[in-house]
Formats: sequence, C-alpha cells, structure tokens
Amino acid sequence: MIQPRWFRKLMIWTVALTVSGMWPPILWAGSPQPDNPAPGLTMARQATKAQMPWTTSDHAKLPALKKRFNKGEEITQACLSCHSEAEAQFKQTIHWTWIGHVDENGKQLGKAGDSLNNFCLSTNKMNDKGCTSCHTGWEGKQQGVNCLVCHSRKKMNWKEAFEDYQAFSGSDDPDEVEIANEIQAEIQAAAQSIGRPTRQNCGECHFKGGGGDGVKHGDLDTSLSKPNKALDVHMGVDGQNFTCVRCHTTVQHHIAGRIYSKPAYTDRKSLIENDLTAKITCESCHGSTPHDKGHKANDHTDKVACQSCHIPEFARVLPTKMSWDWSKSGQLKDGKKYKEKGPLGTFDYMTIKGKMVWAKNVKPEYAWFNGSMNTMTVKDTIDPANTVPVSGPVGAADDPHSRIFPFKVHRGVQPYDKVNNNLLAPLLSGKQGYWETLDWNDALTKGMAALQVPFSGQFGFVSSTYHFPTTHMVAPKDKAVTCVECHTEKDGRMASISGVYMPGRDGAGWLDTLGWLAVIGAFLGVVLHGLGRIFTNGRKGA
Amino acid sequence: MLKNKIVIYLYSRYERFWHWLQSALIIILLLTGFEVHQGLSLLRFHSAVKVHNFVGLTWLIAFAFFVFWLFTTGEWKQYIPTTRKMFLVVRYYSYGIFRGEAHPVPKRKEAKHNPLQRLTYLALAAFLLPFQMLTGFLYWGYNAWPLWGIKSLSLETVALAHTFGAFAILTFLVVHLYMTTTGHSLFAHIKAMITGWEEVEEGETVEEWEVAHERKPSAL
Repeated sequence: MIQPRWFRKLMIWTVALTVSGMWPPILWAGSPQPDNPAPGLTMARQATKAQMPWTTSDHAKLPALKKRFNKGEEITQACLSCHSEAEAQFKQTIHWTWIGHVDENGKQLGKAGDSLNNFCLSTNKMNDKGCTSCHTGWEGKQQGVNCLVCHSRKKMNWKEAFEDYQAFSGSDDPDEVEIANEIQAEIQAAAQSIGRPTRQNCGECHFKGGGGDGVKHGDLDTSLSKPNKALDVHMGVDGQNFTCVRCHTTVQHHIAGRIYSKPAYTDRKSLIENDLTAKITCESCHGSTPHDKGHKANDHTDKVACQSCHIPEFARVLPTKMSWDWSKSGQLKDGKKYKEKGPLGTFDYMTIKGKMVWAKNVKPEYAWFNGSMNTMTVKDTIDPANTVPVSGPVGAADDPHSRIFPFKVHRGVQPYDKVNNNLLAPLLSGKQGYWETLDWNDALTKGMAALQVPFSGQFGFVSSTYHFPTTHMVAPKDKAVTCVECHTEKDGRMASISGVYMPGRDGAGWLDTLGWLAVIGAFLGVVLHGLGRIFTNGRKGA
Repeated sequence: MLKNKIVIYLYSRYERFWHWLQSALIIILLLTGFEVHQGLSLLRFHSAVKVHNFVGLTWLIAFAFFVFWLFTTGEWKQYIPTTRKMFLVVRYYSYGIFRGEAHPVPKRKEAKHNPLQRLTYLALAAFLLPFQMLTGFLYWGYNAWPLWGIKSLSLETVALAHTFGAFAILTFLVVHLYMTTTGHSLFAHIKAMITGWEEVEEGETVEEWEVAHERKPSAL
C-alpha cells in the first residue's frame, strides 16, 4: 500500500481544500438570492396571500339604500337597519370620541380633551369648528355617525350636497328639481358604493392632519393615495397594493394603532404565535428574525426597530412641515395679512400662522422607544427655560421592550402662560378666533375658557418638540440604511443614541491613544535599532 | 570570531504552514478589525464585518489543530520559559549586535528559541492569542449571551478588551517583523521560515537544559 509521494501530497491537498471549501458557505450565508427570498418575506407573503373580495352583500342591490335621503342621518339609519350594532360600537372608539383615555389625574388625552400639539395647538374641546371638519359624524359630533366617511368609495362634500339638495328639491323650477335629482342620484350612488376603508378614506383626514397635506406626520401624505413600490413596498399599487386596514386591523370598529400615550401593541407577536393578533407590527407578518439565517441584521432586531433601517427618509415625494414658529405670526404687509411661498411651493410665512419650515427627503431622528409616548396636556406644568417635549417617546436602552426607532421631530415655538407655566391653546378659527382678529390675548382667553383652564393673561412663547414615530413609507430593500450610516465615528444616524456599544462608532479614546503610542513606539524603537546596526556596521556580512 | 556555518532543517512542513497561515489570518483580522473599529476603509464596513467574523472563526478552529500538534509532538517544551542566558540575549540585542558579535544562543533543532523568544512566544501562544480569540468569540456571539447564561458582561468591556488585544498583537508584529532582519543576512530568517532550512553557526553545543526533547530522525 505504499503510494508515491506525489500521490499522497495530492490526496492531502484534495481533502484540505474540500474541507476548507465547505467552511465558508456556513458562515457566508446572508446574501439573499432573488429566487430564494428571506424567511421573513416568505412568511409575510404566506400570511397575506390571495386578498379576494369575500363580501356576501352588494350594497347597490339593497332595498334599504334605494330610497331618497333628505339628510345624512337617514343614511345612517339605513345602514343600522342591517348593521344593528355598528353605531354603538363606533361611538366607543377614539374615531368618534376623540378621547384616547383619561389618565389617573383626570386629564383627558385626546383632541376633544386636554391634549395639545405644536401645530394648530388644540381644538379647544371641539369649540374650534375649523378642526371638526375631520370628525366622522354628520355636523361634527352633534348628530349621528357618518358611516360613509370611512366606508363609501365615492368622495363627497356631504354638508354641501345636502344643503344644495334641500334648497333645490322643494323648488317649482323644473331645472332646479332636475339639479336636485342629480344631487340625489350622487348621494344614492355614494351610499350604495360601500366597502372596507380604502387609502383615500383614511387619508382624507390622516394624510392632511395639522391643516394640510403632509403637515403632520412626514410619513403620511396624499402621495400614499396611489403610491408606487419605491415609496412604500406594501402599499405600492404596482406591488401588494395594501390598504391602511391591511395592517391596521380592526375589532368592533377599534382600529389597531397607537392612541396618544397608549402603544399600538403591548407584545410583539407574529401570526404564527397568535393567529388573531393585530397585524400592526412588522413582526406580525415578518417574524422577529426575518433576514436570512446568519445575516447580521437578524442580530439587530433586539435593539433596532425594523423601521430604523427600512425607512431611510420620509417625505420622499411631498414636503412635510418641520417647524412652526407662532411667535412670528401677526406681521402685516401694507396693513394686510399675507402669505409667502418657499422653494418647495409651500407656505413659509403666513400672517395668521407664523413662520414655517418645510422639507423633503428628511432623515429621521432616532430614540429609544417602547411604543408609548409622553403626551402633554394644557394642564401640565412646563419649564419654559427648556424646550418643551409636547409629545416624546418613552423608552430606554436597558428596557427589553425598547428599540431604537425613527422619528419625525416637529419643532415649534408656541404660546405659554408666564404665570401658571402651562402651554396655552388659543381659539383660532371663526369670527372671534386669532386667524380673524390677530389678537393673542383675546384668542387665548377664549380658547382657555373653552378648555376650562385658567389663563393669567401673561403669555410668552416657548420652544417645543413633537415626535412622530416614522413607520410608513417603507422603502425597497436596496434602499435600506447601510451599515456605515450608523457604524461610523462622526455624524452617524445613531450619534445621539446612548446606552449601547456600537462598533465603529464607539471606543475608548484613551485606549486608542495608548494603543497607537505603543505601535508607533515599537516602530520608532526598531527603526532606531536598525539605524544603529547600519551605522555601527555591526551586522555580519553574508 | 565568525564561525563556519552549517545548514539545519529547523521548521517542519506543518510548522511553516501554520506560521504563514496564522500570519495571514492575523494580518487580515488586524486590517478588517481596525476597519470595523475606526478609520480604515478598505472593504466597507459590511464586508469587513463578514470577513472578520469568517477569518476569526477560521483562526479559532485552526488554532485548535496547532494546540493538538504542539502537545502530540512535544514541541510545547520549546516554550518553557527560562532565565538562563536571558541576560546574554538582552545584552546581545542591545549591545553585541552592534559590534558584530555572534548570537549567544544560536538556533538548534532541539532548542529553536532563545530565552527571550521562549518568553515572548509563550506569552503570545498561551495568553495573548487565546485572549484575543476568547474576546473575539464573545464579541461574535453577543446575541447568544442570554442563551449562554452570560448576564453581567457588557459589550463595551468585551469590545475594549478585544481592541486592547489587537493593539498588543500589532505592536508584537512590528517588532517581530524587524527581528526577522537580524539574522546573518536581512532575509535569512524569513527564508528559513519558508524553506525550513536555517543556516546556523557551527560548533555551538546545545546544553542539556535547552533540549526540548529527544527526536527520532525518522520524524522528518
């Protein structure tokens, strides 16, 4: 069995190369293959397969909806003739009450309560009629629920439609009767065109929060009515074409999502762990380690929210408002109110609102976030010497429920009570509102009276911040944030994040200094030694 | 003063293979490690991390083979530290080498390392390199710490310890590279580490205490 030496060598090398060749793929896993999607993507695709219409009713054929409607309330009654519990259910939800909850100190958190922001500040307990156009009732909150705001596929100005209909329907003029009939036909068509809420239904209010398109959130604006995949991988009409309620799943008209300080979810469960869980988190469908086995990104999900990497920038199509300085309002040009547009085609200055800054393609700011927000009310005491966090994330590095999360931070300068040290909420719209009178003292007095909170009459302006969690506008994976955007020494995205050691960003200055001193010292030492050998000619010649 | 030279076979095939494999692994680890840590940009962070992890784990496995070789061949005895002739060696490198003196402890098959080398390589093979592998492995396995029952360790501690080790190895490397030039010609030692054959001065006898162990000639 004695083989030639070269044969033994060949065998040894063959075995060695084979073994070492098997080794890299074990560790090198992680480059996703196009025909072999990451496990999280496969899971999500299975969870969302085949979105087929499943309804057993065609609302256009229902006798209850084939009648003349003289006012909105009659449509609601027609809906309730079948959906008997819908109104009772809906009136329990924040979409009706505009109150999230009442906290232990009796403060009502919500638009209709004591909450405020640094945009239009407050609804003054819904006394500011300008704010209530978004409410889901006929005539604001006064009458019944307007089911069609969320469920009709036809966009209508309901107030105008019924006013016109009532004005023309009693007329003797056949032309006006004809117009009335046309309006009635439109009303009926809208009432018969029913379905689950579309992006347009939700967007009519949520894309335009803060008084205009894209003002508030930065990741929600009318560009999401018909987005492409580049803007949102889930909602893109050229892709999954998700509606809002695909993720904001609903139980008895309670729609999943964050409500003021209350988190959108209390535990991160996937559909595999609980098939009835809300689909509100990324983990619901993608799981908690969605990337390929061995991919470094899976190791990040204990500390970093999916959104932090997958939403590199918000406001990628339309601009969003980044700051609003109310203290600059009230300036007149030629004795008149005026407004000026900036480079993005949005108003940078308005006499009635003050100075505003808009931006597009904005990199989020990052903070530890466990899903809860600290939201302030008009009843909270502030420290005017510091920037007031009107709404800020709750979370900490050592909290296992917290993740590093992206935010749009809207910076404001807004009125506060110099004596009582609380934020103030002026009445803005209407004949007596600030937008008409430009009289701060009067508007603040009326606004605070509506809120039943005392106002000393002494007011000033204070800087404030308002955090919006950035969670929509999820970009395609090739646009995800790259490693070095965070793992870098200077000006990285995570520069402000503390409580976690990040390779590439962190280190100890003293250790680096000592280390390089040792290396350079050794180098200089051997150079001197070498020079010594050359000059003394001590090296023995070969 | 100069004596005749003889050529002896000093480094076996595996030793040479191991030396150059380990040096390649360490240099790649230093480069990618410093890219991950700060400053360097050769591969971009993402690839640097991947390469560093892969090469680091490879080193860990290869090192296990080295330890196996060390003990099965008895070569570990070459690393037993001693203070004998230590002064002579220190004196040689700080004085004698400039005067063209002969090395007080020339290499021999049975005693490859002079007392200074024994101490250095023992510190390296028994402490610094395992320390670097251990801290590196912990660093790599950070997400599994809860699974491994590690609770009271911070990533920062491990990362800084690993950085410390890297600087120590880099410092060694600088001196080590220089020391290769101190043979009878600039590249004599490097050549020996490639071919296995080292030219040494004739006539020096190896003292009993220096001998690592008896070796049968057939082992070659």
